[in-house]
Amino acid sequence: MKLELESVVKTYGTQRVLDSLDLTIEETMCLALIGPSGGGKSTTLRLLAGLESPTSGTIRIDGNEIAHEYRQLREYRQRVGVVFQAYNLFPHFDAITNIALPLEKVHGYSRGRSLEKAGMLLEQFQLTNHRFKKPAELSGGQSQRVAIARAIAPDPDIVILDEPTSALDPEMTAEVLEAIETLIESKKKLLIATHQMGFAKHAADTVAIIAEGKLVEVGNSSQVIEYPRTARAQKFLKAYLKF
Amino acid sequence: MSRWVSFGGAILFLSLVFYTSFSALEYQWNWESALRYKKKFADGWIATLWISTLSLFFAFLIGSLATLCQRVRIPPIRHLSMIYVELTRGTPLLVQIFFFFYVVADAASIQNRYIVGIAIMAIFSGAYISEILRAGIEGVGKSQLLSAKAIGFSEYQTFRYVIVPQALRSSLPALAGQTANLIKDSSLLSVIAISEFTLNAQEVNAITYSSFESFFPLAFGYLILTLPIMWLSRSIENRLRFET
Repeated sequence: MKLELESVVKTYGTQRVLDSLDLTIEETMCLALIGPSGGGKSTTLRLLAGLESPTSGTIRIDGNEIAHEYRQLREYRQRVGVVFQAYNLFPHFDAITNIALPLEKVHGYSRGRSLEKAGMLLEQFQLTNHRFKKPAELSGGQSQRVAIARAIAPDPDIVILDEPTSALDPEMTAEVLEAIETLIESKKKLLIATHQMGFAKHAADTVAIIAEGKLVEVGNSSQVIEYPRTARAQKFLKAYLKF
Repeated sequence: MSRWVSFGGAILFLSLVFYTSFSALEYQWNWESALRYKKKFADGWIATLWISTLSLFFAFLIGSLATLCQRVRIPPIRHLSMIYVELTRGTPLLVQIFFFFYVVADAASIQNRYIVGIAIMAIFSGAYISEILRAGIEGVGKSQLLSAKAIGFSEYQTFRYVIVPQALRSSLPALAGQTANLIKDSSLLSVIAISEFTLNAQEVNAITYSSFESFFPLAFGYLILTLPIMWLSRSIENRLRFET
């Protein structure tokens, strides 16, 4: 996919979270956004997911500008899958309903077909035994895999993952990253914000470093992570290597 | 086991306090004359039960409607609902009963005082239920709303599948408490001569020149209704605690 962000500004009150961000990527299958917390990664992803609109500037994906109008925006959101850091599953539904309900209510599947598809996805992520559990009964890793299944269930054009492993311990992180790798293998287009540098390097083809609301550096993932050119990127990556 | 011992101890202590208080009063108990009117107690109790049940039903309707009105994007409707809730919660029930009975019901020429009584209780409780539901709705996490948005739910779908189920769940204990309040508060309807439990007990009081012989059954009768509701509310609360 081709991504173009032109002078994108996003302010919350007096806080300028994205400060005229410019980012153009001609072709990527998996883009990793890295950078310090509060630097603007999540906000960038929310804008790309159509969850919020930029204060100013334009965003184009494959040449199409993301709409601002409610109805078009809702339509756009239905074609994008989103996975959040805190899973954001619905606590009052069991795992299978969390996946099946949007298929039925938003994407027009029959109940039977939505449950069938949800069941298949749960099997794919080794969650069949947990299909009738509520989110409170699932571990963090299991919850996040259910959330990934929910995001990809309607076969979205793009899957956006906002720090999907930041709330997890190393073992659960591994199980979620494995699930994400299967998405990459199945040629899903991914946008992911992450603090997992190793994962960003080997799984993503492109890496963009965002800090203080601006683009710091963008390019081939191993190139950017191993040989950062700018001082800001070097400082950020050095902090990772140090500890 | 030790739980029952301590529970029994507490009951014993309270009984002792009551007993010594009454001994000091040198109260002459006369249960016989009061018990002769047990049918009057029973009738009153049953009247209270169905007045409360009907009031509760309409209170839920009114309360839900008021909550919905506060979410509407038309300011006058929102303000109307806000004023209703604040005025009702901010004034004594007794004043409301007199106002509705002697002013509103009279102007609307509603003759049946039971209908007026149920309407008053429903309007009064509806305001509290509306506040409880509003708090429940506002308690639904931002992350849940974001998630619903990301999935592509419409505003109606978000309300129907995400907000309402969670808000109802978290409101259940408070709603149960409000139900118990409604039952007790309906005793004030005695002032407009609705022969419910309290009025009947007061009548027995007057006929038999007794006082506590009719007040104790009165208290007991209300406890039979309110205690199970409180227990239910507590058990719901405990179950919810494990769920989240």
